[in-house]
Amino acid sequence: MTLLRRVRLTTAGIAVATAALLALWPLLPAWAAHTVGVSLGGGLVVLGLLILIRFGLVSFGQGLFFAIGGYAAALANQFLGITDMLVLSVAGIASAGAVAWALGYIVRGHRGIFFAMLNLAFSMILFGILAKTVVLGSTDGFSVGVPTLLGFAPDPEAGRLTFMLFGYIVVFTAVVAWWVDRILASPIGYAGQGVRENELRLRYLGVSARGAVHIAYIAAAKLAALGGVFTVLLIGHVTPEDTAYWTKSGEFVFVAILGGSGNVAAPFIAQTVFELVRTFALQYAPDAWQMLLGITLLLVILFLPGGLWSLADRLRGRDA
Amino acid sequence: MIELAAIVVDSLVYASWLFIVSIGLTLIFGVMNVLNVAHGSLYALGAYTAAWAVGMYVSGAPDAGFELLAIMLVAAVVVGVVVGLLIERGVLRWVYGRDEIVIVLATYAVFLVLEDVMKLIFGPESYIAFQPRFLFGTVSVAGIPYVGYDLLLVPVVALIGLGIWAAIHRTRPGKLLIAVIHDREIAAALGINVTRFFTVTFLCGAFLGALGGALSAPLISVVPGIGVELIVLAFAVVVIGGLGSVEGAAVGALLVGLGRTAAVFFRPELELFVVFVVMTVVLAVRPEGLFGKPKARRI
Repeated sequence: MTLLRRVRLTTAGIAVATAALLALWPLLPAWAAHTVGVSLGGGLVVLGLLILIRFGLVSFGQGLFFAIGGYAAALANQFLGITDMLVLSVAGIASAGAVAWALGYIVRGHRGIFFAMLNLAFSMILFGILAKTVVLGSTDGFSVGVPTLLGFAPDPEAGRLTFMLFGYIVVFTAVVAWWVDRILASPIGYAGQGVRENELRLRYLGVSARGAVHIAYIAAAKLAALGGVFTVLLIGHVTPEDTAYWTKSGEFVFVAILGGSGNVAAPFIAQTVFELVRTFALQYAPDAWQMLLGITLLLVILFLPGGLWSLADRLRGRDA
Repeated sequence: MIELAAIVVDSLVYASWLFIVSIGLTLIFGVMNVLNVAHGSLYALGAYTAAWAVGMYVSGAPDAGFELLAIMLVAAVVVGVVVGLLIERGVLRWVYGRDEIVIVLATYAVFLVLEDVMKLIFGPESYIAFQPRFLFGTVSVAGIPYVGYDLLLVPVVALIGLGIWAAIHRTRPGKLLIAVIHDREIAAALGINVTRFFTVTFLCGAFLGALGGALSAPLISVVPGIGVELIVLAFAVVVIGGLGSVEGAAVGALLVGLGRTAAVFFRPELELFVVFVVMTVVLAVRPEGLFGKPKARRI
């Protein structure tokens, strides 16, 4: 019963948050709306990491799929002239899904450090390719046009961040978050717990642990790619360093640990906190940003192993 | 023929460098089960400190000779002991016994902090300490001139590797260490001070990382960001050989060295990939690496 109530609470929470964000649009200053959009994009990547963490896995290379999503959308826009955000999103998800399907055969047999570092290696390879490909602007990357939706083009005077793009990102993210929440409560989600707790027992039950890991890996990749598409559409520019470089992947892991894996809302809350703090930190102490990240990460590991979300559980007086 | 000789010599030099910069990583993992991401920082700190110390000394004594090597060694010892102690006593001991991924994250946090500490201390500009590299003149091998320093890396690193192997397999503390590796609890029950073994091992690994950086300082330009490139490369090398195996690290270094040199000669654009292709193939065939031992299954 507790579980059922919790699922319903999450679904209700997602619906309320979505409605609130859409209703708040006229009141939000441009920078705040931008921060929300970017946080939702980044939060999707971290949501993918959350799935992996439920499987007992951490990837130090989600930047790989973040970059694939961002570059797929940007390329489709630049070279194929596609402007529809829905098509661009599908392009990003499909590209990342295909790559993750192929790489999955390599990574699905590995756990722990090997899984984490193999992904780091893959993302570094992509970074190397992107940074050296002159057609794609090398390290400078290239720009993306203003997207349209189902034939509707936004007012050219309105700039990049219109209600159309904002609403699209908010609604799409909400649907995906709800869907992930359902997946985690389904048999494949519970197989994940089995992989984390005791893989051998899971296999005795007749479940393919590798197959389950492969599915989770592809799902996490698609989420990361969608986050990449959103981010690129919002910022209007894509570079290797802001997508595939290890610092970006490290940031996602950081946010995942900061938020905790207790609920699908945690990644988005943690990502928003992260974006806000970064805005101020880069202004006042740009040289100490990584130090701040490192110290916070240590503090969370030592004193708040369940992440920010476990604070909510503590407040409600139950054990996470 | 000249090409073949060049490939062999270049591979050996590069493999020696790979071995010295990754041996500390595998040593620490083999004993403590800690994948030390901060190894990259120790390497970078060793390189910075050595380059800075050499630069300071040379500006006072422009015709400095072999004492530069001693300065580099001292720099590595200081970095290894001070930073190693800070990391092990200050951070790692609080997370022993947690999940291995949590320990990786803790060392990653240390890595992030040290990245900025280095930027604050040494600034964004690059340090170049070329003087030690020209101490040994040039040597001609099969008609190709080589820098003596580069060639000397091969026997020096081979001696260091043999020394580590002998220290583990041929001395009393080394044998106690093997006992600790095999079973911490039984070792502790037999009266071995496991905590001290951990601290000393970490200090040795940290020193080796810093030494790798110090020895590299004359070969590279020391700039921010060398730490992360190194940790990815060193990880590939030790994974190929089997995490925690000294012999494995040597074989991994030779394989990667040969592969990368061959790529540089024949298909330069593949240089970066060769390392990871070798790693992926080895992991696909032998998930524990060439010299790794499969773990017992826990039901």
